[in-house]
Amino acid sequence: MASTGSTAVAPETRDTWSSPSGFILAAIGSAVGLGNIWRFPGVAFESGGGAFIVPYLCALLTAGIPILFLDYSIGHRYRAAAPLAFRRMSRPTEALGWFQIMLSFVIAVYYAAVIAWSMSYFVYSFNLSWGEDTLAFFTGEYLKVGDPGVSATIVPSVAIPVVLVWVAVLVVLALKVSDGVQKVTVVFIPLLFVAFAGLVIRAITLPGAMDGLNALFTPDWSALSNLNVWIAAYSQIFFSLSIAFGIMVTYASYQRRKTNMTTSGLVVAFANSSFEILAGIGVFATLGFMAHQQDVAVGDLEGLTGPILSFVTFPAVINQMPGGNIFGAVFFGALIMAGFTSIISILLGVAASVQEKFGLSRTASAITVSAVCAVISIALFSTTSGLIALDTVDQWANNVGIITSAIVMTIVVVWVVRKSGVLNRHLNAVSTFKIGRVWVVLIGVLAPIFLTVMLVDKLISLIGDGYEGYPQWYLALFGWGTIAFVVVAALILTAIPWKGRDNKDFVAWPDVDEEVER
Amino acid sequence: MSGSAVMMMIVAMVVVWGGLIASILFLRARPKVDDTLLEDPDMVREDTARLHEPHPTRDL
Repeated sequence: MASTGSTAVAPETRDTWSSPSGFILAAIGSAVGLGNIWRFPGVAFESGGGAFIVPYLCALLTAGIPILFLDYSIGHRYRAAAPLAFRRMSRPTEALGWFQIMLSFVIAVYYAAVIAWSMSYFVYSFNLSWGEDTLAFFTGEYLKVGDPGVSATIVPSVAIPVVLVWVAVLVVLALKVSDGVQKVTVVFIPLLFVAFAGLVIRAITLPGAMDGLNALFTPDWSALSNLNVWIAAYSQIFFSLSIAFGIMVTYASYQRRKTNMTTSGLVVAFANSSFEILAGIGVFATLGFMAHQQDVAVGDLEGLTGPILSFVTFPAVINQMPGGNIFGAVFFGALIMAGFTSIISILLGVAASVQEKFGLSRTASAITVSAVCAVISIALFSTTSGLIALDTVDQWANNVGIITSAIVMTIVVVWVVRKSGVLNRHLNAVSTFKIGRVWVVLIGVLAPIFLTVMLVDKLISLIGDGYEGYPQWYLALFGWGTIAFVVVAALILTAIPWKGRDNKDFVAWPDVDEEVER
Repeated sequence: MSGSAVMMMIVAMVVVWGGLIASILFLRARPKVDDTLLEDPDMVREDTARLHEPHPTRDL
């Protein structure tokens, strides 16, 4: 770490610029998470295969990167986690910051469960203890999935790793070893790329691999007229880039004032998607191998989506693969490590917000936040209803929550508090990749219109058709209930008087306000 | 692989991996803005204080 030695500052002698590679690797560590490995391949396959590439690239270029820049600019200019950053931009928008932070909170709660499952499967992969019928093992023997409902039946084989994840999180936060996590990230992200590249090379040399890639990339153009496919693409980009739920605002706030934000942002966004494409190729080459073994078409394989893909289909492939246990250990090891660095950064975003609002110490707020998360997480996801709860919460938090957050944020910034000009000039003042009016058009017009159309369509489908055939009362509780919880919590947290770090003398830097209407 | 699948794969790789390479090259060519921005020493001090707060995603 540079410049942590002395607090006696001699500005003229200090290099306030950081090494771009450190900044970028750390940012990629935060962006590359479960979304890339666990979520992308299944979403791509069920949303039109090769045709999904079109909405995916559109989402990346027209909304993903512009909104990443928006998150960066707010955090970097107002130098605080989401609630305080929004409050400094314009006081009433604090509530939006809390809405985003509460979404992070919800995501952290179920993220831990997926990491826990990966831990179990990492162990299982050494002797392939999931047996021949991997679906029966995952939903039956391992998770003991019951009917949708509120279950109090603890499943010890799941509860233990979930508790372990939270213990690890609390230890990391309590011992203030997050500096260590930061260092681990810098070592680990290149390692993850190398390990995963090895996995992909192994996968594409398997018989049938090309059929898998064919299934992934063959375009089903009719999918493009299906709004759900577009929604899936946008929410995948948002979830995967960790944008519009407060993480990147917090993240940018910790960067030095002179940091090349947009250029680094481009590297981060493309690296994240590069990893995602790599994961898609690896996963589908592997699925092609499985289809080849079973002598069926890839499209006829069952369980290519969501958790089933990682925890049912993949183990089945590993069973048939020469050297499968090493392959399995690398795959689940990658899931654990990618997930763990991301959950720490999600929780620190929440913790930083609580710390700033209530004036707690950093450690106290980190531990309080994680303890609350841990209790909810253990209660919800170590029981027989864990998988169904996770599936439902994931659906609503991402496809309703994050999309809504993005719409509200873009409209509020551009049209209500009218800060897009200032933020645009801010980014240009510190960055070498200059963004023009196109950026304002993208975040102010195109993104909100597009996202609103998609959100309305999604809402109609969720209200009309429900989700996965789960009972309506269940969706009301865990789906809509999640959104209601986030909104109510955001309003309460906003209403509580500000006790912590809200420096009245705060001055945004650099001074780019001249063209601003006052 | 079918022609259309190969085409979509190439499109995805060119845009995403090409974008990654292009943005890395751009960053290497232009790593920072011209040193015309002068920072207030108070702000530098505040930043330095914030630097001491551990954070997993801050640059090194």
